[in-house]
Amino acid sequence: MAPYASDDNTTAGEVDEQRSGRRKAARYVVPVTVMGVAAATIGLVPALADSGDPDLPKITAQQLIEKIAKSDVEQLSGTVKISTDLGLPNLGGLESSLMSGAAGGGEDGSSADPTAKLTELASGTHTLRVAADGPEKQKLSLLENAAEYSLIHNGKDVWGYDSKSNEVYHGTVSQSAKDDRAQQPPALPKDFAEEALKAADDTTSVTVDGTAQVAGRDAYKLLIKPKQSGSTVGAITVAVDSETGLPLKFTLTPAGGGSAVVDAGFTQVSFAEPAASTFDFTPPKGAKVTEEKDAGENSGKDAGKGFGEGLGMDFGKGEAREHAPKSKEAPGKGPEGMKTIGEGWNSIAVFDTGGQGMPSGESAGGDLGGFVDSLGDKVTGKFGSGTVFSTRLVNALMTDDGKVYVGMVTKDALVKAADAAK
Amino acid sequence: MSRADVAEQVRPVSPLWTFGLLRNELTTTFRRWRTLALLAVLAGVPILVGIAVKIETGDGSSPGGGGGGGPAFISQITNNGLFLVFTALAATLPFFLPMAVGVVAGDAIAGEANAGTLRYLLVAPAGRSRLLLTKYVTVVLFCLAATLVVAVSALTVGALLFPLGDLTTISGTRISFAEGLGRALLIALAVAASLIGVAALGLFVSTLTNSGIAAMATTVGLLITVQILDQIPQLHALQPYFFSHYWLSFADLMREPVYWDELAKNLGLQALYAAVFGSAAWARFTAKDITA
Repeated sequence: MAPYASDDNTTAGEVDEQRSGRRKAARYVVPVTVMGVAAATIGLVPALADSGDPDLPKITAQQLIEKIAKSDVEQLSGTVKISTDLGLPNLGGLESSLMSGAAGGGEDGSSADPTAKLTELASGTHTLRVAADGPEKQKLSLLENAAEYSLIHNGKDVWGYDSKSNEVYHGTVSQSAKDDRAQQPPALPKDFAEEALKAADDTTSVTVDGTAQVAGRDAYKLLIKPKQSGSTVGAITVAVDSETGLPLKFTLTPAGGGSAVVDAGFTQVSFAEPAASTFDFTPPKGAKVTEEKDAGENSGKDAGKGFGEGLGMDFGKGEAREHAPKSKEAPGKGPEGMKTIGEGWNSIAVFDTGGQGMPSGESAGGDLGGFVDSLGDKVTGKFGSGTVFSTRLVNALMTDDGKVYVGMVTKDALVKAADAAK
Repeated sequence: MSRADVAEQVRPVSPLWTFGLLRNELTTTFRRWRTLALLAVLAGVPILVGIAVKIETGDGSSPGGGGGGGPAFISQITNNGLFLVFTALAATLPFFLPMAVGVVAGDAIAGEANAGTLRYLLVAPAGRSRLLLTKYVTVVLFCLAATLVVAVSALTVGALLFPLGDLTTISGTRISFAEGLGRALLIALAVAASLIGVAALGLFVSTLTNSGIAAMATTVGLLITVQILDQIPQLHALQPYFFSHYWLSFADLMREPVYWDELAKNLGLQALYAAVFGSAAWARFTAKDITA
């Protein structure tokens, strides 16, 4: 290591002062070089590792959608990274304390309850691990600091295990729910393809946008874009594994630019059969077990169903279902008092609360009024005046006469819709 | 005496000499009362945690208030004493362990200079580079010893106060007690490896000054500063380069399958710190005028 080791014992007086000074300074080149090499490695390796987009045979959007539909991946395990940035006001600790308050509020509240836990995915970046072996065995784990939340579906049991608090949630997939689960899986991929194709006809363009490497696998990129202007959705990209047709990565970018609103993708994936022990779960000794209550049965079922969508296998489908088909919902299909105006991506849901609308800053008065005002923007138009609440994806306009317009459209589009409705 | 003569005298030193020097260095370090006191404090932490958990759960309630508070793994201790090893390491890693390492590393060169023994050490035909390397190896071995002291003490207390047996990983799968012990050993090694960055930093600080106390205080001060900075969300772009950022990744060894990403990042980062500050310490120490 030491090129100058031999003269370690010589004193500076023996050699020329100036030379020795230079030599001393020269030694600091070593740590600086090490740092430089490290910086270069950190900067360059990701760039070099990105070996360019893979060369795959050309394919049409139609063929790619069919490929997704035919995908029959039953066994997989992998790591998924999900980042969500909805642009909600950052409430920091307040948000999580509210959430845990809501989750742990009831006496039967358990931190291992899946519905409470999965809402955490709605913001921030999370690492998930997924494993599946056929329709009977699935596992989804949310990796936390020195802890993990696991949701395990094995046969008729659904277990939730929160290692941080050592609490267990146990539910069963009831016979009826099992039946529709049995019917659903083959329907799911087709559903998705149909939805995607329907979306493609008038208001949406669906194209194949080259190829990419996702989790070390070659994938086609399916680009779904609204044709109309006025939507806050810029584009949806789904990376589809070229071999298995499994969606590997889902990205939703807003029209306003900036980072993706939703970015969920495998960072590592394997199609080998996961070890059987992965799906075995017995509550650890001393763990608090919360049994699914009759009243909570629905949420249990939902958890079971949501499971499939949460699982990486379906997340592309799940997300796309969530966003794309919104456009397909026929007007008036929503809850009572809600109608939909506009079509495709620009559809806007309208509720009539019949009330006085938002208490404005002046009428509510005090700090609360100021707080409410700070969240929204005042707008006026032919419809009167109102407040717009915006996130990066969904905007809502609440008029002073009690109407609420919500949609994945820009502020201007909301105001225009409100004007037209007047 | 010409330079060539000196070089000739230095060259034929047998490589075994390094081990002799290392053995010397190790006995000196581990015989110091200060070192023994540090190790005793470290051994005391698991005893305290174990007794506290035992008392708190005496009435059947779960530790940590049931809400998942407290150090990692604390809620599982009552069910399996082996978890006390993980809890004790999680509790000592942020402060006690690196502080002990900072004290030993900060003392390594500056302490000798302070006591006036450094020049006598250099009179021995070992060479400065070799002396520095020996010092660093000693500090790294101290990291390992300190971690093992915590782990062994925790295992003993855990076995005495709580039941042992098959354990549940944090992913919810079950592993046998023997495999659990293996994981505990791996975790201890990972924790010891997490400290080599601090060790190199401390050694570098130690070459900058002739006061042992100043070197120790600076190292421990840097340690606290970095840990505070690691909590500030606005600095998230810098945080992956803080030596303490991935320390808690050792818990990933308790996942099934093991999640290696952050463990690998941690080891890489520690190696980087060791290389940068190790070579900086070398550049400083070999070029320094030894006056004391």
